Amino acid sequence: MNANHQNGLRKVYLYTRYERFWHWFQAAMILVLLVTGLEIHGSLRLLGFQRAVTVHNFLGLTWLASFAFFIFWVFTTGEWKQYVPTTRKLLEVVRYYTVGIFTGQPHPCPKTPEAKHNPLQRLAYLALAALLLPLQMATGLLYWMYNSWAELGVKGMTLSSVAALHVLGGFAILSFLIVHIYMTTTGHTLMAHIKAMFTGWEDIPTGERTDEWEKRVA
Amino acid sequence: MHRTRKTWGLAVLVVGLAGLLALGTALASSMAQAPATPEEKDKAPGRAMAQHSVMAPGARWTTVDHSKLEALQKDFAAPEEVTIACLSCHALAADQIQHTIHWTWLVDKVGDGKTMGKIGKTINNFCIAVPSNEPRCTSCHIGYGWKDKSFDFTNKSKIDCLVCHDSTHTYEKYPTKAGYPVTEPTVFPENGKTYLPPDYKKVAGAVARPDRINCGTCHFYGGGGDMVKHGDLDSSIGKPGKSLDVHMDAEGLNFACQRCHTTKQHEIAGRLYSVPASQERLSLTDADLASKIACESCHGTSPHKTNAKANDHVDKVACQTCHIPAFARELPTKMRWDWSTAGKMNAEGKPFKTKGPLGAPAYDTKKGDFTFVKDVQPEYRWFNGAMSYLLVTDRIDPARVVTQNKPLGDAADSKARIMPFKRHTGRQPYDKVQNTLVIPKLFGPPDSDAYWAKYDWSKAITVGMKYADLPYSGEYGFVETEYFFPITHMVAPAKNVVACGECHSRQSRLKDITGVYMPGRDGGGTVTLIGWMAVVGSAAGVGVHGIMRAASRKRKGE
Repeated sequence: MNANHQNGLRKVYLYTRYERFWHWFQAAMILVLLVTGLEIHGSLRLLGFQRAVTVHNFLGLTWLASFAFFIFWVFTTGEWKQYVPTTRKLLEVVRYYTVGIFTGQPHPCPKTPEAKHNPLQRLAYLALAALLLPLQMATGLLYWMYNSWAELGVKGMTLSSVAALHVLGGFAILSFLIVHIYMTTTGHTLMAHIKAMFTGWEDIPTGERTDEWEKRVA
Repeated sequence: MHRTRKTWGLAVLVVGLAGLLALGTALASSMAQAPATPEEKDKAPGRAMAQHSVMAPGARWTTVDHSKLEALQKDFAAPEEVTIACLSCHALAADQIQHTIHWTWLVDKVGDGKTMGKIGKTINNFCIAVPSNEPRCTSCHIGYGWKDKSFDFTNKSKIDCLVCHDSTHTYEKYPTKAGYPVTEPTVFPENGKTYLPPDYKKVAGAVARPDRINCGTCHFYGGGGDMVKHGDLDSSIGKPGKSLDVHMDAEGLNFACQRCHTTKQHEIAGRLYSVPASQERLSLTDADLASKIACESCHGTSPHKTNAKANDHVDKVACQTCHIPAFARELPTKMRWDWSTAGKMNAEGKPFKTKGPLGAPAYDTKKGDFTFVKDVQPEYRWFNGAMSYLLVTDRIDPARVVTQNKPLGDAADSKARIMPFKRHTGRQPYDKVQNTLVIPKLFGPPDSDAYWAKYDWSKAITVGMKYADLPYSGEYGFVETEYFFPITHMVAPAKNVVACGECHSRQSRLKDITGVYMPGRDGGGTVTLIGWMAVVGSAAGVGVHGIMRAASRKRKGE
């Protein structure tokens, strides 16, 4: 894993195999869930309502199972530490994306295996993985089990409120997706970050160093 | 080198898993589209047993050949003689019959101690009401001679056994003789058909349990002719193909009406005005002696063997809603009857009739304008099995459409489900001063004040109301009315059921159904607006950011 010096960049192995697999598997599921979800919601027509429901339910349950593997991975590998929120350097990152990026300044938090996420990413991914996705899973599961609410003792909820939360969650994920995809183009080339998510190897500017506190301690 | 191999391995893994995902998705969706051999898997419990007992070669339901009975070896001069002969063996039949709604046309089982029925209680927007019109209406009474109020409902010999039990289908009651057949060949001027005197000995020797034609003699022709009233019952149900009704399919299951309308001692299961046809949705495995009137009686409460989602609907959606996509699928049915245009004469000053595009009546001087429609998509209402009826004495609001019978139930009612209906609209006379609907005398001899004699509404209403012992101010107008029929026959083959998206869509068949959230239908509104605003906002935000990045790069000469 020798650093590969060229044009002031070095290659760093940032994303492990499982991580990349999970990322793209999740991406595919989200995409199909979004499309079928919008169809069930009545916002578009593609597969037909019945097929859309079947696919959506199948993927929803697949999601639940695979999310359990992600939870297992994130805790057994200690990767959860990469998601611990912080406000340190947060303002610098915000300033970079609102000002610095236009004037060619370097990113205040270069990626390293020990600190893959800048403070803004930590916040965004924590919100996604710990709030938004669980909200979708919980409301989706409730929605799916609607006919068994009485037996399960579910009270004080209506299908329309659960559906509204699930729909809002879906739109939030779609919004996240748009911003997330755009952010991948902010690397040193447009495709650099996307390439890294396939290969695992990210180009990092040479000479940059990461503060000790930012590093994940195994 | 090593890294490249790793990368390729991952790529293969990702592609493989994506393929797996697609395969599962396709598999899941194909399962939803085409259940494996639905014929086999969706079979109703007990069907094989029932078929075995009813259809096995040589299976017979009777141990008697009526043509050989001594009591029936005579040349009957009048239909009453046949009845007396029947009762000489079937000693309890008359008492049973005379307690049924088929005999009384009134029921006292609807609660609150009152009777309900078509004799002076309810009123409809077809031929309006029976009183004062008996000789015409009672051609559909299971009796002989109910021509006016003097009819003796206790006279056992006046029961017409044959109209229900004639298996030769040669026995016919004449349309205007108060339930009697003719004594010599007679042409009915309205339809030009010749009615023949029955061969009573032959008919009596061939009596049997009623079949669809027997019941259909009245129930297919209610409201004065074929295709008029129900929408799901007309002459096409006499010998339907499977595509019209899977149960009555003449070449297949060939159900008689009583297969579902369980009959005990001449008491036939079915709804009685506000009394639902079945109080509980029990299957025969829950209660094997219960009537089979509900779909659940045979099919249970989780009837779909290959589609669990469909079973999730059975608590809120009646089976009929999905399984009867349209009624009047072979013959058109009357959807509107406007009495206010009746009375026009042709160039010779005579009453006339015209036909519409479907070959069905369009205008009749006696009755006004008709609208017949084929393949009608039902209207849907919450329905707990009961209907409330407007009484002829009830006050109406002539500014609104007068609802003559109303399906009861709403989303909060645990026994109510969404049910299809035929909604028949009409325009008919009412009392402008009292604000009540009125009973006109329509049928009568040429010298009477009947509408079909003098074409004078004022006279017809005056005599009709007087006959019915009801007050009439003397001033009439015409008012819009509606009448509902639950749609429950004409059950289509599984491949023709209403698709999910026909209800789960913005232009839903159930767009007027309230109190329930339906994905696909209920997607407009604030929540969706907020959602799209967030999406558009995000897209606009990154769009502007991207443009600024591109501009700054250019400035720096990159």
